[in-house]
Amino acid sequence: MEITTLCGPRIMSWLPPARDFRAHLHAALGIVSASERLERFAALAGQRLGFLETVQLDRALTNVDTVQALGFLPIRLAILASSTVDHLAPAVRVAGLRRRMLIDVRYGAFGQYRQDVLEQSSYLREFAPQAVLFSLTAREMITGIPVTATAAEVDNAIGTFVAELRLLWRRARDISSADIIQQTFLNIAEPLFGSYDCFVPAAPSRIVRRLNDQLCEAAAQDGVMLLDIARASERDGINGWFDPARWLQGKLEIAPPAAPLYGDMLVRILAAQRGLSKKCLVLDLDNTLWGGVIGDDGLDGIVLGEGSAVGEAHLALQRYAKQLKERGVVLAVCSKNDAAVAEAAFRDHPEMFLRRSDIAAFLANWDDKTENLKAVAARLNIGLDSLVFLDDNPVERARVRQSLPMVAVPELPEDVAQYVCCIADAGYFEAVAFTPEDRDRTRQYLQNSEREALLGEAQDMDEFLRSLKMSVVFGPFTAIDHTRIVQLINKTNQFNTTTRRYTSEEITYLTNRADALTLQFRFIDRIGDNGLISAMILRPTHNCSDTLEIENWVMSCRVFGRQLEFEAMNIAVEAARKRGVRTLVADYIATPRNNVIRTLYPNLGFIAVDGPDSNTGTTRWSLDLADYTVHPNHIVRAGAV
Amino acid sequence: MTQQEILGEFSRVLRDLLLNDSIALTMGTRREGIPGWDSFNYINFIVAVETEFGVKFKIADVESFANVGEIVIKLEDMLTGNTRSSLNSPRSVRIYRDKD
Repeated sequence: MEITTLCGPRIMSWLPPARDFRAHLHAALGIVSASERLERFAALAGQRLGFLETVQLDRALTNVDTVQALGFLPIRLAILASSTVDHLAPAVRVAGLRRRMLIDVRYGAFGQYRQDVLEQSSYLREFAPQAVLFSLTAREMITGIPVTATAAEVDNAIGTFVAELRLLWRRARDISSADIIQQTFLNIAEPLFGSYDCFVPAAPSRIVRRLNDQLCEAAAQDGVMLLDIARASERDGINGWFDPARWLQGKLEIAPPAAPLYGDMLVRILAAQRGLSKKCLVLDLDNTLWGGVIGDDGLDGIVLGEGSAVGEAHLALQRYAKQLKERGVVLAVCSKNDAAVAEAAFRDHPEMFLRRSDIAAFLANWDDKTENLKAVAARLNIGLDSLVFLDDNPVERARVRQSLPMVAVPELPEDVAQYVCCIADAGYFEAVAFTPEDRDRTRQYLQNSEREALLGEAQDMDEFLRSLKMSVVFGPFTAIDHTRIVQLINKTNQFNTTTRRYTSEEITYLTNRADALTLQFRFIDRIGDNGLISAMILRPTHNCSDTLEIENWVMSCRVFGRQLEFEAMNIAVEAARKRGVRTLVADYIATPRNNVIRTLYPNLGFIAVDGPDSNTGTTRWSLDLADYTVHPNHIVRAGAV
Repeated sequence: MTQQEILGEFSRVLRDLLLNDSIALTMGTRREGIPGWDSFNYINFIVAVETEFGVKFKIADVESFANVGEIVIKLEDMLTGNTRSSLNSPRSVRIYRDKD
């Protein structure tokens, strides 16, 4: 029996239900073309699968040679665990497939995680994981402390335990510069005193809480991501996550029915680290943002606000959307309505919590929603795969899923009371940082609309750019901008020359290396400050002392078409010359997302020296600095960081 | 539900789990007799049966099942509300603890 009305995320209610899973899986298995088979598996992974379907799909996946899987991102993940994780690996792989990642999961022998890390076991060294997950149980911590221990003794024991963990994180990083992810400790401890546990430092459940608090602080300091299953199990109830029978039978700490959600939660973090979280929430209006149909019911007929349960539920959705906006998610509207009528609700309805200025792209018309979603993506200059489309109407949802499979369309529950829960549990907007740029994002998109208006008024492009009074502030990477730089490099997909991703540690390493040339750029114009929007990493090549290679260069799509790439290159060339460099080389590695810059290097005066390689999509470019002529533009240098 | 019907359901569950349509379980089938039915897939099988039939086996029962027939009989008992235990002598068959 499926209970879709409850918002417990153990059934992943936001995914569309899997109908005829068995038949579809068998049909997919019969497909000859490996790439098409993989696409069909990915489509199945996008449906609401239980643990057993997940195991089956994973088994089917092993039948595909995934070495040459175009459009899927390969990731190597090692799980270091103190409980059985055999059942988690399929869930992780299937969750990866859901986000078009092919995750190679490895784990060591049972109970060997300490030795594996400390002795740098050969399986870890050879595997060279990009991400390492520590999946540990609090059991040994709890059993090691007598219930009579004082607060100081408990703190001491926890401190020792966390210190050892930090050592393991460091050592794991040493092996392959992997991103470290630590799972929070599931609070499996039964009550001992009852509610009075809160006051007894060594009561087992109290110990686990304290342990998680200290873990959180340590992880924040060490740049380790947390997989917060403790919180998830609070939402679902611990009985959904932990089953004593499975622990006793096979040392499974995560109950099999919770495995699919566990996998999804983990992959959200891996995706966020690679800039693949969703960026924009697109909202329908009628019966979504408010109850009723404004075109029929009128401004005073729609149900919204205090005094009615339904009105408050729609208000709660608006509040949640506003909070998302404040943390950097862009909001858009896509509704079948007259624009004037829809806008009037935002302006004139006293209970509206969202304001028109909260919405970066407002599309209220009678066109097909597919076209409007494309327009939203185009207007914000983000990919369709960055959109989440919220609509109460199952027909609209099905249409969008059919024609734009890359758009996430949550299966909104029938009861509006569950809307917020559904969006929140789906984890579309998983973050791995929170920066000043996030807080400011919607304002910057709105400023871009102002710029577009200016462009409309200007005679030509040149006059427009001049009228913007643009300036750039630049300098090497600094500790103060570290978080934003890591975020920018890893989130940017379009203007990204090589799509090489860097961990926080690697950026720190580059920042401090004298032979690396790092450059960051902030961009300001008369409409506003765009913040830190471009970063460049140059390093010496192995064989030539007077050559620097542009290992990666990223720029936010918000500042495309402003000549910044020209001024940035002028700056890079000057900095390189100061170091006695005579040649710059650079790779452009084509991906499905970075076509927009395929002529970047030739436009900047680089000459092709190799490629394009038909396998990797790489073209190698070279620039002789003796031949470099400064690219004229309208950007002034306003200072250095 | 008859024993044969339960057996048929069990076969289907295991075929799905192992992606092997040639599996046909009998009352006497043992885990070792089915390729790929390792300790991991034994626990998966138990989870599948519990989910499908809405029951929960006692750990003592799971530890003592010597062949498919014993699981069928136990399930039949549970479905009919019969508390008679046909398996009152737990053997030390260890499942899914290979790694300890």
